[in-house]
This record gives sequence, structure tokens and C-alpha cells, in this order.
Amino acid sequence: MKVWQCLVCSFVYDEAKGDPEHGIKPGTKWEDVPFDWSCPDCGVAKSDFEMVEIKS
Amino acid sequence: MSKQPVVIVGSGLAGYTVAREFRKLDKDTPVVILSQDHGGFYSKPMLSNAFAQKKTADTLLVKDAATMASDTNAEVRANVTVTAITPKLKQITVNGETLQYSKLVLALGADTIKLPLQGEGADAVLSVNDLDDYRHFRDVVEGKKSVAILGAGLIGCEFANDLVGSGYKVDVIDLAPQLLGRLLPAESAAFIQSKLEGEGIVFHLSTTTQTIEKAGTQYRLKMANGASILADVVLSAVGLKPRTSLVAAAGINTNRGIIVNKLLQTSVEDVYALGDCAEVEGRVLPFVMPIMQAARALASTLAGNPTAVKYPAMPVAVKTPACPTVVSPPDAGSQGEWKVEGGVEGVKALFHHKDGQLLGFALMGAAVSEKSQLTQQLPAMI
Repeated sequence: MKVWQCLVCSFVYDEAKGDPEHGIKPGTKWEDVPFDWSCPDCGVAKSDFEMVEIKS
Repeated sequence: MSKQPVVIVGSGLAGYTVAREFRKLDKDTPVVILSQDHGGFYSKPMLSNAFAQKKTADTLLVKDAATMASDTNAEVRANVTVTAITPKLKQITVNGETLQYSKLVLALGADTIKLPLQGEGADAVLSVNDLDDYRHFRDVVEGKKSVAILGAGLIGCEFANDLVGSGYKVDVIDLAPQLLGRLLPAESAAFIQSKLEGEGIVFHLSTTTQTIEKAGTQYRLKMANGASILADVVLSAVGLKPRTSLVAAAGINTNRGIIVNKLLQTSVEDVYALGDCAEVEGRVLPFVMPIMQAARALASTLAGNPTAVKYPAMPVAVKTPACPTVVSPPDAGSQGEWKVEGGVEGVKALFHHKDGQLLGFALMGAAVSEKSQLTQQLPAMI
């Protein structure tokens, strides 16, 4: 499980935790997060600014 | 005659997002982006929470100016200064040269507010408003032990948490009686204060720094309440002031920020503004989400499809790991009151109009999980 960070607002996406509030189950790999998912903190779509890996 | 370019002044999130969104709609019109710094792209919100992650200015830089230019198929001019705007001729003056525009986008950002301070140490006060500032700040604090922060607002609290987590002794001074004065009711502020104090941060509230003297290698901050503290480094985080002077000099209407309507038009034809410099329908909102909303709408307008900006409820995360916090403050002037439910695990504060409509919230600790559900209940701002 990896940890990613939004390049725009620094929101952290932890694959182990997912984003259950927005329908992303715990354990969802970043590559499997749908393209129309947007960062919960800044609203940037996945397709616009990729997250960067901060921990693997 | 070839098409005059869309000229964007500013290479922050606002400027670059407009360019990127515009390119999705218009592949041909030339775009020129003017930057007063290196022109590289980075996450500004990260500057106040990058320390504990050991990020340097170099690792924070996501893409340099050349990469941004190629990504947006724009000409990016780094390290240039705009000295005049002449709307009548659709010209601006850049480094002494005239540049024609078809549309002008002002994404100028904001300057940090500086407190009027006395004493020979006053000039040594730092602020972090861009990546170069962050680089300088990191250089200065390297090897030091203590930092005094002026201001207990969002940026002050984030820096305090970040620095204490990196082993610094941190004092925070604010004129307000509570933390995050503009965003939180008092009970919520008390909760985050106790969490940050638990990390070792010392708060000096209801007072202000008047004088900063040199004391050996350190600085002595003398406060209005008569107390004084010693610190190796002083960091100011007392707020932002939209950059308006260049625009006002051009005869474009300004108030707190550059005045724009829902189409992000200024008082002058073909000149637009967005981001931290803009006052949209009376609101100056220096946060990421309003910038993204504005950039998308403006890109569409620039591409020939006039589009009003929409502001849905836009909660702001306060990046204090000691106390996860998300706030959606009620619009200024909202009638209603806060109701706070607190516990050991977290605090939920809701702001309701007297007719029962939810207008704002502040969630801390465990209560943060209710963010999405509550955000859906909030009305749109515009």
C-alpha cells in the first residue's frame, strides 16, 4: 500500500484507508481510483494533476 | 494580422490553472504567462506543512517554467515585472517593453501583511508567501532551536504544528483572544488550542508584539501585555493583502481586492481577475477551491463562452496534524448562531440560520468524518 499526495493542496491519499466518504474503498490502489474522482480538499480532478507518491 | 495573445499575469495556481483549462478549449490562441519569479509550479498550501515532511524548496517544485510552458503550450516569461496596464490601448508594460493583449488575466496573488514593529530586530522578521521565501526560511532556521510566530490564524497554526513536529520550540502571538479567529467559534478554538499546546506550542493571546530587539544571536519580542519572549527566528503570518496597486493605477476599480463580477470581469473591458488578488461579488477567498472554480469558469469565458463562476460550499482543511480540522465558515454577515457539541475525541460546531438552514461548520478530530455529509447541506455561496 502506498501513500500519495495531491500536488495542488497537499491532501494525502493513503491507499490503505481509501476515501470511503467518496466511495473509494480502503485498499484501493491509486491507479484504480476512477478518473473522475477529485481531491476532497481542493476539487482538482485526478485527470488534471497527478498525485505524487510520498511513501511506498 | 496574427491573433493577439491572451496574457496572464501571475504564475501561481490561479494563472496556471486558467492556462491549462483554456488550452482544453482553445488550442490555437497564443497565451503568454508573466511571472515575477522563476515561473515554476508548486503547491502553495504545502509551504506551511512541508517541514515535518523534510521537503526542501527543490523537492516542492513540481514543474519548472519550461515544463509548464510546454504543458500549456504557452510562452512563460520568468523573472519579469509588469509596471503598467493601459486598457485603452490593450497594452501592458513588461520590463519596459510594450505587450499587446486580446484579453488580460490578472492572477497577481497577495502580499503578506506586515505588522508595524519597532526595534532593531524588526527587519529580521520573515514571512513565507512563495517558494523562494520558503527556501530562505529553511536556510535561516537550519540549526536553530526556537521560532516565534506572529499570528494564530490558519497559516500561523499550520506552521506552528509543522515546526513543533520538527523539534522546534514554538511561541505564537496573536491579538485575538482565540486561535483561528475568523473561522471558528470560541469553544472550537479552545479545543484546537489545547491540542496544539499538548504538542508543546505556547500561545500568547489578546496581545501583540510591539518591539523586536536583538539579544545576542536571538531576538527578544516585547509584547503589549508587558511580557517578553526570546526566539532564534521570527516568522510573521498575520494575513494577506490582495495585490491591487498596479491595477488601481490603471484606473481599474479596486476595493479590498480587484473588483470583479461573476464573469470575473473587472471594471475595464477585456481585463479579468481571479485568485487571491480578486474580490468576487464582495468576497476575497484566498483558498484553493475558489481558485479552481474561478479558473474553470474564466477559461470558458476566454474561449468565447461567457460562464459565471459558481461557488458551492467550499470547506477549508486546516493542516494541523495534532488536531485535524475542516471549516466552512458562514458567509460574512450571515444571521444565525453557532452551536457546539464537544467531546474528548472531537468537536462539532454548526452554524444555523434561525430558520434552521445550516450555513457553516467547523469540525475537529473525529468529527471531521462528517464533512461530506454536512457540506451537502450547505447552500451555495454564489
